[in-house]
Amino acid sequence: MESLEIAKLLQEKFPEQIHEIREFARQVSVITKKDKILDIAKYLKGDPGLQMDYLRDLCGVDYLGKKPLRFEVVYHFYSLKFRHLLRIRAEVPEEDPTIDSLVPLYAGANWHERECFDMFGITFNAHPDLRRILLPEDWEGHPLRKDYPLRGYEQEGEWKRFADLLEKVKEIRKNEWYRDSSAS
Amino acid sequence: MELEQGSAFKTRDLVISIGPQHPATHGVLRLILELDGETVHKCTPHIGFLHRGTEKLHENLTYFSGLPLSDRLDYCSSMANNVGYVLSVERLFGIEAPLRAKYIRTIVSEMSRIASHIIWIATHALDLGAMTVFLYAMREREWLLDLFELVCGSRLTTTYPRIGGVRNDVSEEFLDSLYMFTEEFPKRVEEYETLIDQNRIWLLRTKGIGVISAEEAVNWGLTGPTLRGSGVAYDVRKYAPYDAYDLVDFEVPIGKVGDVYDRYRCRMEEFRQSNHIIRQCIEQMPKGPILLPDAPKIELPPKDKVTAEKGLLPLHMGLIRKGSIAPPDGEIYSAVEVPKGELGFYIVSDGTGKPYRLRLRAPSFVHASVLSRLSVGHLVADMIANIGTIDIVLGECDR
Repeated sequence: MESLEIAKLLQEKFPEQIHEIREFARQVSVITKKDKILDIAKYLKGDPGLQMDYLRDLCGVDYLGKKPLRFEVVYHFYSLKFRHLLRIRAEVPEEDPTIDSLVPLYAGANWHERECFDMFGITFNAHPDLRRILLPEDWEGHPLRKDYPLRGYEQEGEWKRFADLLEKVKEIRKNEWYRDSSAS
Repeated sequence: MELEQGSAFKTRDLVISIGPQHPATHGVLRLILELDGETVHKCTPHIGFLHRGTEKLHENLTYFSGLPLSDRLDYCSSMANNVGYVLSVERLFGIEAPLRAKYIRTIVSEMSRIASHIIWIATHALDLGAMTVFLYAMREREWLLDLFELVCGSRLTTTYPRIGGVRNDVSEEFLDSLYMFTEEFPKRVEEYETLIDQNRIWLLRTKGIGVISAEEAVNWGLTGPTLRGSGVAYDVRKYAPYDAYDLVDFEVPIGKVGDVYDRYRCRMEEFRQSNHIIRQCIEQMPKGPILLPDAPKIELPPKDKVTAEKGLLPLHMGLIRKGSIAPPDGEIYSAVEVPKGELGFYIVSDGTGKPYRLRLRAPSFVHASVLSRLSVGHLVADMIANIGTIDIVLGECDR
């Protein structure tokens, strides 16, 4: 089945959710509301004619000032049997940046969603372990948002906790028996 | 371990931290292990120690100047990453490289596959106690890196392919030397196999370790030899052929059980297949241009002509500062098969010279996540085998 046919099929199935189908360079994207994303994924995975059992990618995009709803979570579903790719773009508003997690269906979504949370601040409901993944736990802000400066908020100097860390190292060194504590 | 109810004694799991500076973790990977004796109860990988914000950097660079960043993803096979990047930008612009450039790119991708798998077999065997393989394997990698140096002047961070072709043509000397390599290399692979294939310690350490079924491997989103070891013949080179892969003949080796040994067999077979592809490419290599005629609108004009010819200097400056001619307003997901698995680029363009959003779907990132699933119930020493078998590079994992 062609990707465009699948998109049309999906629109018939979820008429009030999906409001746009786009095609560019022979790739089809379906723009949908965020409410029923889990049902859409369930349908794509479970339908015997589609069998999109493979989540190739999951990421966020920030359309600051370009769209009324600021964020999008982009899913790339693929069927290993029929070899068709479908892109689902779920719109997430800035006021309520939450969306259902796909971890119950695709175990591989776990880290992708954590990364999306880390980089965009989008919360995934019912995610088993939603923590920051690439950045330290105490990092401020979400770097891939368009209003985050390229060089970060702290223009100069070290990472804020670095001084604490050095203090801690000094503290620990006092207890090291093999090192002369007066030397350092 | 659970004691019977009412007992006054309780056993607590021992929590230890491995890495981020540890030779067996293949980079800056940190693992928090919860152990009962020597059995792993829970394994929590911590990544991000090498995070450089590549995706954010890409948003602030033109399509042309973003290319060197792709070298720094998987530094064991930078050539394959370069090809993946330029291919996705080409697809966004709707252009296609000339045939000779396609063949050259296929050759260098497969060379980097061999080079990367050599690193894998060397370190993986070293982790499991087979020191000799490391020394033998590095000998062949050196040969390949010298060939890389011959074609583009650098050994590790190559930046050789260009949007719309490749940077410079390959010389006859390079092709001859590479052909000699392809004649010699299958014998060398046999050498590695004589060292470990029948080795009892190797078999005991790899068979039945880190088993993952085909269904589960697909559900976790694994790619590359890590997935194919479980018996799923998914390979981007076959499923969505790019460059010259549909013009050459090769097979995709798959495993049966999905353990460390099967993944080892898959990669060993890929050595031979890659070798076979390179041979065919050299034999079929057509003559012709290596860069698209209208690529100067995207690529920098040749250095010697910039100051001599009229109109090229403003073009050069414009390319550097504002970026190339604007791509159409759209988005594309393009994937290539790098040695580790599927490297995907999702590019959103808003019609300016810089990508609005560039997402990297790195195979190592996905493979590192499955480590928590693979290690549970095995011994600590087997966990080291599992790190080796998923073949992660943290530069790509952390981006």
